[in-house]
Amino acid sequence: MSEYIGGEYDVIVVGAGHAGCEAALASARLGCSTAIFTLNLDSIANMPCNPNIGGTAKGQLVREIDALGGQMGITADATFIQSKILNRSKGPAVYSLRAQIDRRAYQEHMKLTLEQQENLDLKQAEVIEILTENKKVKGIRVHTGTIYLAKVVILTTGTYLKSRIIIGDVSINSGPDGLFPANKLSESLKALGIELMRFKTGTPARVNRRSIDFSKLIEQPGDEEIVPFSFMTDKPNENQVMCYLTYTNPETHRIINENLHRSPLYSGDIEGVGARYCPSIEDKVVRFKDKDRHQVFVEPMGLNTMEMYLQGVSTSMPEDVQQEIIQSIPGLENAKVMRPAYAIEYDCINPTQLKLSLEFKEIDGLFSAGQINGSSGYEEAAAQGIMAGINAVRKIRNLDPFVLDRSQAYIGVLIDDLVIKGTNEPYRMMTSRAEYRLWLRQDNADMRLTELGREIGLVTDERYNRFLEKKKNIEEELERLKKTIISPDREINDFLERHNSAKIVTGISLYDLLRRPEIEYDHLSEIGQAKDLSREVKQQVTITIKYEGYLKRQMKQIEQFKRMEERRLPDDLDYNEIQGLRIEARQKLSKIRPESLGQASRISGVSPADISVLLIYLETLKRKKQ
Amino acid sequence: MTNTTIAGISTAVGNAGITVIRLSGPDSFTIADKIFKGKKKVQDQESHTVQYGKIISPFTNEVIDEVLLVKMAAPRTYTREDVVEISSHGGYSIARTLLNLLYKTGATPAEPGEFTKRAFLNGRIDLSQAEAVMDIIQARTDRVSKVAVKQLEGSVSNKINELRERIVNILSHIEVNLDYPEYDEEEITSNQVQKISEEIIEDLDKLIKSFHFGKLLREGMEVVIAGKPNVGKSSLMNYLAQKSRSIVTDIPGTTRDIIEEYINIDGVPVKLVDTAGVRETQDIVERLGVERSVKALEEADFVIVMANAGDGITDEDKDIISKVEEENKSYILVFNKIDLVDNREDLKKLEEEYPRALMISVSDDIGIDKLKEAILKYATENNQDMDNQILITNARHEYQLRKAKEYLKASLSSVDQGLTLDIIAMDLKAALEELGKITGHHADEDVINAIFSRFCIGK
Repeated sequence: MSEYIGGEYDVIVVGAGHAGCEAALASARLGCSTAIFTLNLDSIANMPCNPNIGGTAKGQLVREIDALGGQMGITADATFIQSKILNRSKGPAVYSLRAQIDRRAYQEHMKLTLEQQENLDLKQAEVIEILTENKKVKGIRVHTGTIYLAKVVILTTGTYLKSRIIIGDVSINSGPDGLFPANKLSESLKALGIELMRFKTGTPARVNRRSIDFSKLIEQPGDEEIVPFSFMTDKPNENQVMCYLTYTNPETHRIINENLHRSPLYSGDIEGVGARYCPSIEDKVVRFKDKDRHQVFVEPMGLNTMEMYLQGVSTSMPEDVQQEIIQSIPGLENAKVMRPAYAIEYDCINPTQLKLSLEFKEIDGLFSAGQINGSSGYEEAAAQGIMAGINAVRKIRNLDPFVLDRSQAYIGVLIDDLVIKGTNEPYRMMTSRAEYRLWLRQDNADMRLTELGREIGLVTDERYNRFLEKKKNIEEELERLKKTIISPDREINDFLERHNSAKIVTGISLYDLLRRPEIEYDHLSEIGQAKDLSREVKQQVTITIKYEGYLKRQMKQIEQFKRMEERRLPDDLDYNEIQGLRIEARQKLSKIRPESLGQASRISGVSPADISVLLIYLETLKRKKQ
Repeated sequence: MTNTTIAGISTAVGNAGITVIRLSGPDSFTIADKIFKGKKKVQDQESHTVQYGKIISPFTNEVIDEVLLVKMAAPRTYTREDVVEISSHGGYSIARTLLNLLYKTGATPAEPGEFTKRAFLNGRIDLSQAEAVMDIIQARTDRVSKVAVKQLEGSVSNKINELRERIVNILSHIEVNLDYPEYDEEEITSNQVQKISEEIIEDLDKLIKSFHFGKLLREGMEVVIAGKPNVGKSSLMNYLAQKSRSIVTDIPGTTRDIIEEYINIDGVPVKLVDTAGVRETQDIVERLGVERSVKALEEADFVIVMANAGDGITDEDKDIISKVEEENKSYILVFNKIDLVDNREDLKKLEEEYPRALMISVSDDIGIDKLKEAILKYATENNQDMDNQILITNARHEYQLRKAKEYLKASLSSVDQGLTLDIIAMDLKAALEELGKITGHHADEDVINAIFSRFCIGK
């Protein structure tokens, strides 16, 4: 029987979560014919866990995706219901935007965006097999048997591969949010020689808003002045909801301790590796015995629903224990659970099998992005998605892969960590993972990346012109501040005294004045020296001046880092042949096959002496060729 | 890789007459200019020429040494980088001082074989030498790993790990607040950061100081012979060393260079340093020697203050004693040339006046054994003390400790300026990385592990 070929595409994306959507949009927007497959078209860009986007390091990722021409920031700006900058008091390197999102509205906005996108087809089907020929991708097969041909396939299967949901002693083969799991694709990946791992994550219960006693909760308002995610958003929406805070108490902890034997985490029913930063409430109670309370954030899931998310009490306890736990918490005494908390186990790949372009080293044309790569979080997924989409297109067009390094973007840190170091738990982005965090700020994501996005072709004229305008304004303002010298007259010294700043006796530039920690840009209006500039421009100017010394130091570190990154290691290097490398280093290097000396130095088990040996070996090779 | 400028002593360690210190890397000339004062700036000096000048510490403005400086611009050099070679005549300890000055002004210590490695990497030396270079590096790895194993059980690495642990502790407190601001983990205050940093700096200081004692064990104890001119310092030195090194004459002030001798007193290595007479002088050449003597005094572990038995204690002698006491050095007072004192009564009076002084005659071999005993007694007493102390014996470790201290100080100044925690964390992390270079730990991983093990965070 001849097989039915349903279509032929440049790029096929398997899965329409946050990674899949960015990948498909990037590919289609760059002009490649693209198809995106999902188990259920109504679950596109779903948020099966917390209904928010952003947060520390994650907010930076969203801004970077946006600066490159991605979608997440725009859709988040269109559908958020409360917004907040975290860490406002802690310094610009760690300011992080986070927004509560109307989950349904987000999904609809994203689905419509995909549907309206030229070159992009949406298909509801379960992909069960990756078709290859001589280790090169040919296409996919779906559950109905239909084949779709493609030059490149991007796996963005999230937590759906052989997923299993666990609630107490009950375990069901199911994807998140009651959706079907993808049971067959894992076998196809294994047959291709791909190494799979089993990870675990979880989500707390949702309760009905009507059943909550709000008088016992502490209000958590959003910011008064709202900062959007996208550099394209001029007038952001307003806050429309309130979030709340309550606490667990000794009674909650007693219930948990008495029922520990019923938790599958402790009885051994769960094999998957969970994330340390995402402990269940039973984990927290067991590990932090001295804490007599834990925070529980109560957050709305959207405007058109009564469902409320209980951040802080994710658990895999049986339903009856869950009920007891929730009702022991102030304000939730009568809470009605709509969806119980559950733990979920799923297959993911060992990401060290990938190149930095997110293509499998051993399978030509197969890419992979998002939670399947061992990461966690919507933003981490989307960040990998856009990169995989871009690189799929570049592969087809025979262009060099687009790789961001650790000094250019959080996206670079994320992918480098996954691919070079690997991970043994779901990987969450944190600012402490970024060596150059003073440079990788959310306010300058466009300055860092938009030019690159333009070269790649994802940055529209409109976005690019905005960027150029902003850049010009910043440069001109910095120049003006340097050139404008104010003299030490009465008015100035009164002004300085008002701001508890030392008086001046000789002329000083506005630039030097702004170096003083106590003088802010807007203060300059009091002496008629502030210009009417956008908030973003003022912020960039202020940070550039106030942190100049530190930024210079960071730039120096970056320069050193780049030098090591630029020393390429040949693809065909046989590490076992190199005299002087220690055995552990040989094994690790042979497995991960770093692309540069810098990457090699980040692999655990490779010492500085090994790097010296590699350097010399490389030089020897070079001379033999000459 | 080769963006750093390295410095090292490139002649064999020991008491050679000339010690050559080599700088290689892009900043060689600018670093040399910071400590060298000659007719021309090194940057303006013609390549492959020699210049005479002085090494002056930019920190204390004191003259360390008179040297010859050779400038060699890339690529016609051993390493094919910019190279400066400084020939020092002051002996090994002066050379070490000079080298430390270079480390403080921007150079990093050269690893064993690193000049050769650079020469190879920059295409200077022949392919056949590559293996030899790899051997050097690998030999170092083996040695380092042996040392590392030893140190794992040793007090040094325990101490450094303990210091790291304390920095990791503050950092994880800062980082958890930065990465998880919405959780109610107690926020660390600038005051706490300041207090802990100061405590760590104090401990680092102790370790850095212990390097000196470590040196005492490794290189021997440094005994300086001080005294006004012509009391017989050189004679004593020669007698102890049993070879003729110092120029011995009757003209005051003829020993202008510090002369070093390594001697062995009952198995204790002792570095004996003979100084020019410590006294005010107008003679420029002599003054240089005198300045060096003062420097030698500062570095001494033990001082023999020599006076002339015939003169008793003169004002000049008093000056010397007060100088030694100012430096807080252990010393013994020795009256030499008792054979020339005719009046027995005078000697007796002297003995009564200075009961702890030794009466000796170098020329007649009187009292020398007692002097040796005194030196030995000091050495053994000190060694016992040192057994209870943690000693830094590796110059590279000392360098890293000092860097760590610098970063901690920078974090303190950030605290002073009221800067935010993300900036303060930058220096703390840098300090942690420096200490990690000694123990072989990665800063980032440790901090992240600490965050998860210590704080209760997450959904």
